[in-house]
Amino acid sequence: MFLNRTCKEATAIMVAKEDRRLPWNERIALRLHLAICKDCPNFERQMLTMRNGMKEWRNYTTRD
Amino acid sequence: MTPPDFTSATEPASFEQQVALLQPYLLKFARLQLRNDAWAEDTVSETLLAALSKPQAFSNRSQLKTWLVGILKHKIIDALRLHGREVFQSDNEVDEREDPLDAMGFKPDGHYIEAPAQWGNPEQHSSSKQFFEILEACVSQLPAVQGRLFLMREWLELSSDEVCKELGLTPTNLYVQLHRARLRLRECLALNWYGNTARS
Repeated sequence: MFLNRTCKEATAIMVAKEDRRLPWNERIALRLHLAICKDCPNFERQMLTMRNGMKEWRNYTTRD
Repeated sequence: MTPPDFTSATEPASFEQQVALLQPYLLKFARLQLRNDAWAEDTVSETLLAALSKPQAFSNRSQLKTWLVGILKHKIIDALRLHGREVFQSDNEVDEREDPLDAMGFKPDGHYIEAPAQWGNPEQHSSSKQFFEILEACVSQLPAVQGRLFLMREWLELSSDEVCKELGLTPTNLYVQLHRARLRLRECLALNWYGNTARS
């Protein structure tokens, strides 16, 4: 199926998502994969945790 | 250079003194972002010069650091633009070429061998000084090119388009480096922070 992604592919897409807008087919493919995969949602949460951590750090370095 | 000690002064520190005391702080971040001591020292000198030449531009003295870091970020963007190609030219090809994704443990069919670890609640604020120190150490351990590009996104808050425009870099090139930087940083944080159950 053209929308099937392996965990490895889905992981790469989740990393790419931090820096660029995904094409629509990648967005759907990722959503479908996350819905059926038990492992990848953990990686998604790790990326979210890192994003929040970076934001905290940025504020910490920049503000009095 | 040792910063002069003003703690014994009975009078409140002057504007110049307060600015001078923040020099090491500014240098630390200039180094982290630029990964080149000469460039970093230049941007900090320019920042201090700009600050001292127009103290009237600084109206609210309670936020001196915020004001100076704001100036520093502009000077750093100027420096990155000035050095253009040098910013993304690697002096360690091997280090820049490896894809950390391959080291994450996937079966031949693309499944995880072991599920990525639970790091706890992503919304929980990791605002401790300890976390920031580990984060800074992990960023400083990235290969220089990856570290610069990553911080242009995350510290200077430039969009991917802006990074490419400032440096004359192709999007494909940028995305490859950012992919590696993010995965390496994840690995470093997993080892030194999130994986460490003894953290307070």
